[in-house]
Amino acid sequence: MLKIDNLKVNYGGIEAVKGISFEVPDKTIVTLIGANGAGKSTTLRAIAGLVKAAPGSSITLDGEELIGVSTPDIVKKGISMVPEGRRVFPDMTVIENIRIGAYLRNDSLDEDINRMYDLFPRLKERSWQLAGTLSGGEQQMLAVARALMSRPKILMMDEPSLGLAPIIVKNIFSIIKEIHSQGVTVLLIEQNANMALQVADIGYVLETGKISLTGTGKELLADESVKAAYLGKKN
Amino acid sequence: MSLTTFLQQCLTGISLGGAYALIAIGYTLVYGILRLINFAHGDIFMMAGYFMIFAMASFPWPIAIPLVLIATVVLGVLIERVAYRPLRSAPRMSAMISAIGVSYLLQNLATYLFTALPKGYPEIPFLKKIFQIGGLSASFVTFLTPILTLFIVYLLIILINKTKIGMAMRAVSRDYDTAALMGIKINTVITFTFAVGSLLAAVGSVLYFTDRMTVFPFSGSLPGLKCFVAAVFGGIGSIPGAVIGGFILGLGETALVAMGYSTFSDAFTFVLLIIILLIKPTGLFGEKITDKV
Repeated sequence: MLKIDNLKVNYGGIEAVKGISFEVPDKTIVTLIGANGAGKSTTLRAIAGLVKAAPGSSITLDGEELIGVSTPDIVKKGISMVPEGRRVFPDMTVIENIRIGAYLRNDSLDEDINRMYDLFPRLKERSWQLAGTLSGGEQQMLAVARALMSRPKILMMDEPSLGLAPIIVKNIFSIIKEIHSQGVTVLLIEQNANMALQVADIGYVLETGKISLTGTGKELLADESVKAAYLGKKN
Repeated sequence: MSLTTFLQQCLTGISLGGAYALIAIGYTLVYGILRLINFAHGDIFMMAGYFMIFAMASFPWPIAIPLVLIATVVLGVLIERVAYRPLRSAPRMSAMISAIGVSYLLQNLATYLFTALPKGYPEIPFLKKIFQIGGLSASFVTFLTPILTLFIVYLLIILINKTKIGMAMRAVSRDYDTAALMGIKINTVITFTFAVGSLLAAVGSVLYFTDRMTVFPFSGSLPGLKCFVAAVFGGIGSIPGAVIGGFILGLGETALVAMGYSTFSDAFTFVLLIIILLIKPTGLFGEKITDKV
């Protein structure tokens, strides 16, 4: 289980995350929703070790403290991340992007590469194409495949639906469910609260650096304040 | 000018170009990863010259050369650790100023330790042996330099495109955070890059100084500057660009000398720099941008 306790992150004097605590139980889909600037991305980046958490914060994976651990070592412990904006390596081929996701592994990758190609047949067709020439949706699939290649226990996804056409967003979410059904814990950040809450076991609403609401995905979907603020429905 | 003389000059130019290319690659590699112009690179090359003098004083060349290569790599890696790594998250200008500082430090350190007087570069007998092919005659090193350069470039390209560490280098040069998310240790890759760049500078220094016979504390500054221009000309960040830039510079300089304008041979480099900056500021093979949002 991933446990975040009193996480604070400061950016040049501004407190972006103001002491949030939440849990990501094994084999669940957990989502953090919230508006732009609520601190969602910062939270994920802190878990991944990409930004420093302020003193007093704690992030533990199965009881082991992750604060101060370097990003590559966090990946080694089984937390993988699909960064915001996909960030595929544009001048590497699709297959190279998939292989680099398994950078820490020394065993044979063939089986996992085939698994990725089964999950994302489009990537198989474009295996030798440069990743920079893929469409946004294909790049997102590539970023997910790349993150899965390290065989993570927990997959963190930062705005996977951002900038994608609705039909592709649907596709991405069905893939998230598929990945989850294969035993991977998913921590998902989304502005598309509706989609995120539909797949999530647990949801947290983040507002200006603090958690304002917690519940199961269904509970939050039915919550009046969530409806008003994030689902665009009038009371 | 007879055909033989012409070919002879071409050979000289290509050979000089080969040595330039090896140094230029060092600039381009480091720039590719750190977006930093390592102004100390020419001085690392100069220090490799001094290392050779001392190594050859005590050892035969088959031991001396590997020692020089190792010492130069250690120096390059050390410079990164001490002068650039602490400035990793500082503005790029700070690291560049630090690089200029290291350059002066090495020059003055060399003046202090070895005096400003030129020291004779040791002769490696087999490199100085005169070879004759048709009407062309030149020392073995002249023939060896371009061949060795191309061979090293070939190995380097395989390293970068086919190996795991090469893949990591490409990833880091693109995006630190995402590379780290792949499990790549950024510092290890940067250290490795400096090691490779310094290694090539050391090889270049053996080839270059064998032809020039002396080393002095400022031996590295002009070749360093020229090779930096070669890297910019080829498109900084691009290895083939640095190689082609190096060869063009070597050939151009030699051509001017052959035509009797040796006074202007150094100016050629900078004219070339001005022209490329005016016409194609990203250089011949400047970074392609294939990002898609």
